This record gives sequence, structure tokens and C-alpha cells, in this order.
Amino acid sequence: MTEQYLDGNALAGPLSEIFAMDVTVAVGRCANCRLTGPVAGLRLYYRAPGLVARCPGCDSVMLRLVRGPAAAWLDMSGTAALRIPVPPEP
Amino acid sequence: MARAAVPGRLGDRRLTWQPARLLESRAENAGARSLVFAVPGWPGHLPGQHTDVRLTAPDGYSTERSYSLAAPAAGDRIELTVQRLPDGEVSPYLTDVLGVGEEVEIRGPVGGWFVWRPADNGPVLLAAGGSGIVPLMAMIRARRLAANRSPFRLVYSLRTPADQYYAGELREPAPGDNGVKVTYIYSRAAPPGWARPPGRLMAADLAAAGWPAQAAPACFVCGPTGFVEAAADILVGLGHDPGRIKTERFGPSGG
Repeated sequence: MTEQYLDGNALAGPLSEIFAMDVTVAVGRCANCRLTGPVAGLRLYYRAPGLVARCPGCDSVMLRLVRGPAAAWLDMSGTAALRIPVPPEP
Repeated sequence: MARAAVPGRLGDRRLTWQPARLLESRAENAGARSLVFAVPGWPGHLPGQHTDVRLTAPDGYSTERSYSLAAPAAGDRIELTVQRLPDGEVSPYLTDVLGVGEEVEIRGPVGGWFVWRPADNGPVLLAAGGSGIVPLMAMIRARRLAANRSPFRLVYSLRTPADQYYAGELREPAPGDNGVKVTYIYSRAAPPGWARPPGRLMAADLAAAGWPAQAAPACFVCGPTGFVEAAADILVGLGHDPGRIKTERFGPSGG
């Protein structure tokens, strides 16, 4: 049986409560192996108290999200950088 | 990209949960139903996007699942196709219990990566495993609605003919679906006289029914994890650029 994970795509809903832009289309860089790729392409493990997104290259944790009753905790210590598409400046 | 203007503080564009009222429920096959909801103020969406559905019990317990949008929006109306997972917590409620006129909560549309834009041109490969057909059908329907002429090739893997979704629509295509070529792969039981013996998707299937890598198609692969990994590996092996292969796994969280 394949280990159960989803694509980072599935972060779009939970992150939409926190950010006004769609973070899953941003390109992230793994703090461990430096691999870059869309957040939508991370491996999302959801059988945890929260969501854990791992690098598809080295399996390091890049993002953790836990939603509490009044606040969300977002740990991105495993993400070195995010390249976020923005509309051109006027 | 389509973005929701949601109720709330001025300038706050974060998504919130909204009531969605069931308007219509129809069977796709023995295990799946398409559900049409009215969601006031729905901002529209791109094919491939999904929405989260939340159920809340009288005691306050709530749980949520993601479902792909199956069709372009018609004003405030959106359509999901839900596969009933027998031991699922949400899907049996949506397919068997929720009545027309009743409400659930919806948050969406979300997900801007696994999307095809009706303004795009160029060849497209859609590879569906089982219920992974849903967001890909949304792309075919959006192509029809936009009178887009991009050549589409759909490779649809399913266990048996009885497991098919959207059977009428795919087998007797609408005139606007000229240019959408559909190939079926049966993994467990094929129709009588079917040339290909039942079996999982192979490289030869995608080589024959897909596009040559030189055509540089946009590839969308959706299905259970095992199918998605196999199909994506085959496509890379056939020379397709990994950067043009987008995947969406349907996991048990869909229950």
C-alpha cells in the first residue's frame, strides 16, 4: 500500500482562510535540499493533528499548519523562500 | 485568476465558509452522485479548482472534505461529483442523506495550480483514474462552453464499464466536443470483445492514446495516489517535461 499523502493542492482551502492569495501557486524552496517547486506539488500528510507538507525531493518538512479554535499556527521553518506571483505594477 | 469577494471586513479577501443549498442530486453510477448547489455570490471558478465542504453535527463536531468542481458555474450554481466511500464520514451523508433544499457549508473556489484556462491553446492530455475524472470533466465542459478548439485526449482508467462517470456525455459527445478523443482503459473487467485485456495503465496505453512528447501537451493527471504516480512516471519516461505534468491525488480524505 502506498503511503497516504495528497498533493499540496489540498492546502489551498485551509490556507485560503489565512491568506488572500493562493499560496499553492507560489514556488517554494526547501530549506534542506534547496529543491524548488510549486507548493501544490508538495506531499501533504493529513493523518496528523494538523497538516504536514513535505519536500517531494528529500521528504523534509517544509510547512506545518494547525488550526485551533481562534488561531492558526503556520510553521514554515523548513521553507527557505517562496516566490509568489503578483500582478504587474501599474 | 478568479478570486472570491467574500463577506467580511472591507479589503479582506480571505475565504470564509458560506451556506450552499442542494438543488439537485443525480446518480452517475451505483457509487457516485452529482450534486448541484446554489451558493449565493459564487465568484466563478476555473476548471480543475476544488471546494471544501464542511458538515457540522448538532453537538458542534464538524469535519470537512475537498471535492473537485465538476462543471463551470452557472451563475450561483455549482456542481460537485461525490463518490460514496462506504466507511466515509462525509460522502455517504452527501450522496444518501442530504435532501434537496438542505444546506451544507462550502469554502471555495480554491486551488489555482491544477487548472486549465479556457483561454489556453495547445494540446492537452487528461489522464483519469476512477473518480479522478471529475476535475478533468470540468476542463472538457469548460472547453465546450468557451468554444475552445484545443485538441484534448482523455485517457480514462476505470475498473469496469459500470464504474464510469458521465457515461452519456462522454460516449455521445456534444457537437462542441469535436477534438476531444476519449480512450478507456479497463483495469478489472472490460466490455465483451474489448481488444485490450483488463489491466492497469501501461506505458503502451499512454504512448498510443496520448500525445508524443514533441507535441508538448499540458498534462493533467488525477486519481488515487497509485494511479497518479504510475501515470506521471510513465509520462516522464515517454519524454514529457515534468514541468508540464500537473497531478492531483484523490486520497481517502475525500471520504
